[in-house]
Amino acid sequence: MWILLHKMASPKYFYSIASSLIPWLFISGLLMMTYGMINGLFYAPPDYQQGDAFRIIYVHVPAAYISMMAYSLMAIAAFIALIWRIKIAHAVIVSAAPLGAWFTFLALLTGSLWGRPMWGTWWEWGDPRLTSELLMLFLYLGYMALRASIPDVIKADKLSAILILIGAINIPVIHYSVEWWTSLHQGSTLLKSGGPSIATSMLYPLIASIIGLSLIFGSLLLIRTKAEVLNRERHSRWIKEMILKGEI
Amino acid sequence: MPKRLTLIRGFTAMFRRDLLQYKKRPSQILNPLIFFIMISAAFPFAVNTDQTQLVQIGPGIIWIMAILSYLLTLHHLYNDDAEDGCLDYIMLSPQPLPLLVLAKICAHWISSGLPLIIISPIIGIIYQMQVDTILIMIATLFFGTFALSLVGSIGASLTISIDNSNILVSLLVLPIMMPVLIFGARTIELYQSGATTMSGMYFMSAYCMFALSFSPFASAAALRIGAD
Repeated sequence: MWILLHKMASPKYFYSIASSLIPWLFISGLLMMTYGMINGLFYAPPDYQQGDAFRIIYVHVPAAYISMMAYSLMAIAAFIALIWRIKIAHAVIVSAAPLGAWFTFLALLTGSLWGRPMWGTWWEWGDPRLTSELLMLFLYLGYMALRASIPDVIKADKLSAILILIGAINIPVIHYSVEWWTSLHQGSTLLKSGGPSIATSMLYPLIASIIGLSLIFGSLLLIRTKAEVLNRERHSRWIKEMILKGEI
Repeated sequence: MPKRLTLIRGFTAMFRRDLLQYKKRPSQILNPLIFFIMISAAFPFAVNTDQTQLVQIGPGIIWIMAILSYLLTLHHLYNDDAEDGCLDYIMLSPQPLPLLVLAKICAHWISSGLPLIIISPIIGIIYQMQVDTILIMIATLFFGTFALSLVGSIGASLTISIDNSNILVSLLVLPIMMPVLIFGARTIELYQSGATTMSGMYFMSAYCMFALSFSPFASAAALRIGAD
């Protein structure tokens, strides 16, 4: 196990493992998404209150879930990168940030599209999840702004990792402080004691689309990280050898 | 016989030295304050001079303007020392860097936060606040500016190697400061509508303690990386 972890930390092995993982992740994610989308959008029964409008849940919930997962991933990677000084972790953070920001934006967009028919407004300031998601987008943007303004890569890596960690320990505070406001958002459907409060014909497509989109996110992240590793290691010998062998 | 280098001595030396620095450059302290007053006074012109409305929007506007003008002062927390090379000597000192950073943060709060709190009643009067509301506002600003000094120190130390970092610092610090803004402005509003204010105060003091626990260490780490 430890040997495998050690190997993963070296750019060369990471590169080859990522290359072989990407197609599997992408294809399985695509299959899951197809199942989730077809069943969710066409076969699941309409909601007794929200009618067909609830179907945006199959995009909204996965996007919101990934926006949070991406930040947690960045925080864990930042922790690893600062403590054990593993270079790959920095490359992962850099590649995850724009993806996470886009998924956050997608979650906000679909959320407000959903809010329009359900709440009668595009945007509701009183809703804690909406506002903390917006603040999450700001954290992503702040990270990218800091990164973009430090030309030295090593320095930018370390400084932005600190920022990620500070943001991560503040996320619960931010979340609970906006929660204080009265909430319009419907309670969580999946993670709830006593089982999910949703019909199984609606639930399975939702789970499938969450897993599917996560897998696609994973493959996109690996593609971006590969490019980042190539750029960072462009002077190293293994890349030269790969180019000479015609593998890149 | 040379005096022993204790932590307290290191702290006070740094603290007094920074206060002296701020005293030498009064415009650094005064300009943000003038900005605070001007921009708060500009709001009623732009919005409305209706008395009841001013009372309603007052707390929020005062808080946002206080944060904005306070963000302008963060630039001086480390950048001046970085430019003339003092920061390198501070980092070379045998004292722990987080302690010296904390001393700098305290000096910054005394010279930027305290004056802001002192002139805030003027703005309160502009916005038709009652005397007791003004007292509550001062209490919230007390916690708010100290938290802003602490969190802002992280932003300022992260951007130490960047020229013209003022806007960037704001971008980094604002989302993290949002809880304090929410509770600060909210507490004043709650007081005006007759509700209890203690929960807001508790939250803000807790936030200050929370920031106090990680800010000096994070800032020190960022300063060391920035100086490499």
